[in-house]
Amino acid sequence: MAIARKAISPEQTNLPFAYRQYSPDQLRDVLRKMYLIRRFEEGAEDSYMRGLIHGTMHLSIGQEASAMGICMPLHEDDQITSTHRGHGHCIAKGADVKRMFAEFFGKTTGYCKGRGGSMHIADVAKGNLGANGIVAGGIPIAVGAALSSKRMKTGKVVVSFFGDGANNEGAFHEALNMASIWKLPVIFVCENNGYGMSTSTARSTAVKNIADRAAAYSMPGVIVDGNNFSEVAEASHAAAERARAGEGPTLIESKTYRYRGHSKSDRNRYRTKEEIEDWITNRDPILLFETELKEFGIIDDKGIEAVRESVKQEIADGIEFAKQSPAPELSDLDRYVYTEVA
Amino acid sequence: MDTAVRELSYAQAIQEAMALAMEADERVFLMGEDIGVYGGAFQVTGDLVERFGTDRVMDTPISELGGAGVAVGAAVTGMRPIFEFQFSDFATLGMEQIVNQAAKMRFMLGGEVSVPLVMRFPAGSGTGAAAQHSQSLEAWLGHVPGLKVIQPATPHDAKGLLLAAIADPDPVMIFEHKLLYKMKGPVPEGHYTVPIGKAEIRREGRDLTIVATSIMVHKALEAAETLSGEGMDIEVIDLRSIRPIDRETVIESVKKTSKLLCVYEAVKTLGIGAEVSAMIAESEAFDYLDAPIVRLGGAEMPIPYNPDLEKATVPQVPDIVSAARDLVKGVR
Repeated sequence: MAIARKAISPEQTNLPFAYRQYSPDQLRDVLRKMYLIRRFEEGAEDSYMRGLIHGTMHLSIGQEASAMGICMPLHEDDQITSTHRGHGHCIAKGADVKRMFAEFFGKTTGYCKGRGGSMHIADVAKGNLGANGIVAGGIPIAVGAALSSKRMKTGKVVVSFFGDGANNEGAFHEALNMASIWKLPVIFVCENNGYGMSTSTARSTAVKNIADRAAAYSMPGVIVDGNNFSEVAEASHAAAERARAGEGPTLIESKTYRYRGHSKSDRNRYRTKEEIEDWITNRDPILLFETELKEFGIIDDKGIEAVRESVKQEIADGIEFAKQSPAPELSDLDRYVYTEVA
Repeated sequence: MDTAVRELSYAQAIQEAMALAMEADERVFLMGEDIGVYGGAFQVTGDLVERFGTDRVMDTPISELGGAGVAVGAAVTGMRPIFEFQFSDFATLGMEQIVNQAAKMRFMLGGEVSVPLVMRFPAGSGTGAAAQHSQSLEAWLGHVPGLKVIQPATPHDAKGLLLAAIADPDPVMIFEHKLLYKMKGPVPEGHYTVPIGKAEIRREGRDLTIVATSIMVHKALEAAETLSGEGMDIEVIDLRSIRPIDRETVIESVKKTSKLLCVYEAVKTLGIGAEVSAMIAESEAFDYLDAPIVRLGGAEMPIPYNPDLEKATVPQVPDIVSAARDLVKGVR
């Protein structure tokens, strides 16, 4: 992951955070990863339509800046817990799309050897302790990982991603309270995409902003434009610094939007086409970031085309890898339920 | 040199196991409600906080769901938490983390993690605590693959099984009957383990097998003693572990005695008795049966407050004596 870097020169001090903090190479890589997330999910959706992937999936298309902005300031050994809408978090934390596709295809080369699928995608080696099928299920687990970090003095910061729906679960409140009283190195990241399945936050949540909940647990509550990479990265950077300094947790509310439905069964009856179109046309996180990069002379159209091409190839290779990978043996059906004793 | 054996209470035996494990392994720590200066609702943690400090004997807020989740998260990231539920009834508040997370995390992640977590549940009736503090919910958790579920019946086993649970790489749920906490028995000094998944024959006999769990082991032994005065020779098996369950010991016993009585405190239907009965019905021991299998379990109702009603809700020694006698004499 990124290594913090001082401002390049004094005249750049008015630039947004990311352009002061990260090198042009790093920023181009962020763009590439945002494309990788989007194309991965489009590839997964396409494979699902073709019947190559069964079950269901929850796509985060439109939320790429949030995943990348939060993970960019993290170290490789920092940890995350993720959600049912977790493909972006997984890629942002460093996962290989080959093994993610393989997991979705139910193959042994997948991150979970075909046992977890989309909803339990994980990459423990890169610090991703797993997506979660239970809303808010990962939040207390992240607090536990942060407790390990503090007790074992590993210096790790733990990020707990969750959606707006999770903020009305008891686990959210219990976890925030414990993280605060024990001053644990954890960052709570609420990706508020406006809807818990079909129910808007306005209808489900008594406070205007989910970040307002932070006051109840004596921690900073920060609201960011989740579609603005730099703004998200700045908040995550500050929260990680605070966590590493032993000052405790932060709640970041990243306001964003999912273009696709909740899952594959969604008929989009709870929101208008105009609302969706407005976000896609005017607030797309990749388009916004790309425009900024061009404006600051970090990339040109040719460079962008090269990024897109290389991502396209990586996705095609990933799908091919998944197709060619072996399926699990039925004779291994009950493996991994318990730890095999040698 | 032989290890010295002293008389300790069941609660002291558990406390000793936790202290030994914490001395031996920095990663082991305790979490729970009021387990610090208060010493735990049943004084099981006692003064451990004075020896190990508040970082390792951690009082949690009254947050069973979140607390259980913190324990799961700590376990998958290198610690060895022992989480005390103040009453086993409060498992209901933590079920999400126990059933969906702790039990399945290793499997869902294709074996990439283990969850070395111990949860302790003070269980059972007899304390006048009424319906929400007296349940026996072990079969609920016994129904969940990924968990191991044990019910030590003696101070010796309470220590040995807890030490085995702490060393186990997978989540182990321990149900401790509250009325056993003060029961004394021989407990060796130092470290030893009792294997999870092995039943123990507490009394050998030829006329009838009683399979009992937890406090019912002692009631069954008392009943067997009474009936030996009437010339009946009764075998009593302490199941000790309900997941995994020791099929072999039970099947071999029934093949010998040809009669089976299951005795447990939890609600009679859909529980341990059903499992043990089915285990026999599905095995070669079925052909050896000389009488229908009999189950003695808790009544199909919540535990009442009034002490006489409370006692009547769960099997007592005279109930076991009567059921065992009828079985041996072929009354039913």
